[in-house]
Amino acid sequence: MVKVGVLALQGDFLEHIQMLHEIDGVEPVTVKKVDDLKGVDALIIPGGESTTIGLLLSSRGLGSKIVELAEKGLPIMGTCAGAILLAVKVVDRVVGETNQYTLKLMNIEVVRNIFGRQRESFVATVEVENIGLVRAAFIRAPGIKSAWPPARVTGYINHPSIGEVGVAAEQNNMLALTFHPEITGEKGVYKYFLSFIKR
Amino acid sequence: MKLVDSYMFLERLRELIYELLEFRDRVKEEGGEVIPIRTSTPLVRYGFISMLKGGVIMDVTNEKQAEIAEEAGAVGVMVLDKLPYDVRMAGGVARTADLNIITSVMNVVTIPVSAKCRIGHTEEAKLLEEIGVDLIDESEVLTPVDEKSHINKWAFKVPFVNGARSLQEALRRIYEGASMIRTKGEPGTGNVAEAVRHMKIVNRDIAMLRGYYLSGDLEAIWLYAKENKVPYELALLTARLGRLPVVNFAAGGIATPADAALMMWLGSDGVFVGSGIFKSSDPESRARAIVLATTYYDDPEVVVEAQKMVSEKAAMIGIDVRTLKPEQLMQVRGE
Repeated sequence: MVKVGVLALQGDFLEHIQMLHEIDGVEPVTVKKVDDLKGVDALIIPGGESTTIGLLLSSRGLGSKIVELAEKGLPIMGTCAGAILLAVKVVDRVVGETNQYTLKLMNIEVVRNIFGRQRESFVATVEVENIGLVRAAFIRAPGIKSAWPPARVTGYINHPSIGEVGVAAEQNNMLALTFHPEITGEKGVYKYFLSFIKR
Repeated sequence: MKLVDSYMFLERLRELIYELLEFRDRVKEEGGEVIPIRTSTPLVRYGFISMLKGGVIMDVTNEKQAEIAEEAGAVGVMVLDKLPYDVRMAGGVARTADLNIITSVMNVVTIPVSAKCRIGHTEEAKLLEEIGVDLIDESEVLTPVDEKSHINKWAFKVPFVNGARSLQEALRRIYEGASMIRTKGEPGTGNVAEAVRHMKIVNRDIAMLRGYYLSGDLEAIWLYAKENKVPYELALLTARLGRLPVVNFAAGGIATPADAALMMWLGSDGVFVGSGIFKSSDPESRARAIVLATTYYDDPEVVVEAQKMVSEKAAMIGIDVRTLKPEQLMQVRGE
């Protein structure tokens, strides 16, 4: 039995927990305080508002504990807002430099709201390295503009009006996805992420 | 229409589906890209609302307030011409906010921007959709133009939120296409009493339907739907889920961190704060405190910490709902 923590400060953490319940041998737990991280084998940072989650992470000491564990090799997956929170550099398509708090764990530059506002949100099928074809929901989604070693982009979408945009990236024990596998029920994504635990 | 016409219709529908499948296969064979992206599907709408869960959406009237809200950790802002309390005081007709102000708010914050339109005012909603608002609130705070018939929200690309005082109202709004429900409460009063009452009414009806479902009494659910003028399918879905089939926020009178935590305890998925923040004299710390209390509502230690961040002396004075005349109540607008 592996224990998978889901950061439950804000956003659609319940959807992640429900997905994890459907996978054998996984015990999902909610993470709201530093103590909740005790004994977790992996952590998921869900979708939501990255500024809100970032503020709560930084104000209650949870952020620095996650960074500490990540550096020791704790597998972490971030979806949408989670991917933003993992990134070293964040800009917004309209507002520009955001100066928001992030964990700065992955060498990626993320552009928030790259596809536009909610009106432009969409579902599409994308191909992600090691996972294959994934039905993905992009909701006010960010895009991965660039990645530098040891991080690398592992999935792209060819958007009709924006062009090619990175949607997945990997760096050692971490996986950043700019879409929501929890909304489209893509179990394959979880199975791949859980394989990080055995590494 | 004769029954056989209906058979013909279904037959044609079936043929159309096969034709579309053949078309897709042909495109695939030619190496073309098949339906690259699909926008504004129900999944995209409900998915967006899911991301707001556990958060606080704050009413603002200008860019300055919107920035304060974002820095305090709001998951969204709602742009109004006047805060609900001021709408009450000013009287007259309350309409959707100045589109220029909404646009400038969209240019300064990264979080979703919502705006209100009048109940039944399809054109105001179209304008809000056109300028790119992320969520439209068909709200009883503004003066309704058609209380008998709400906007057909399925016709829009942008998701809608509607207020409800009861499960019946909530299910009717969902049937009309609302992607999200909030309690009505009594807006602009700083008095959470009505929001509590509405949330409890909804919860009790859901518990009742759930009970029918668990005991296998589908007939009772059917009767409930009939008596309350709601679609049977939605009543059944609610009974199967044991909760509202869409995200449900609390709104109307929330003024303190403790108010927000209380509403979360009652099963809200998140909180709208209207006049509570910017009608107080400590908006910055109050906004932060309400965000904290909403996330940690189940941890009394943190709620205490949040409540200590604000002073009761700084809270909006508020209005006792019992002193309002029936014609001053906003919650009765649009059933």
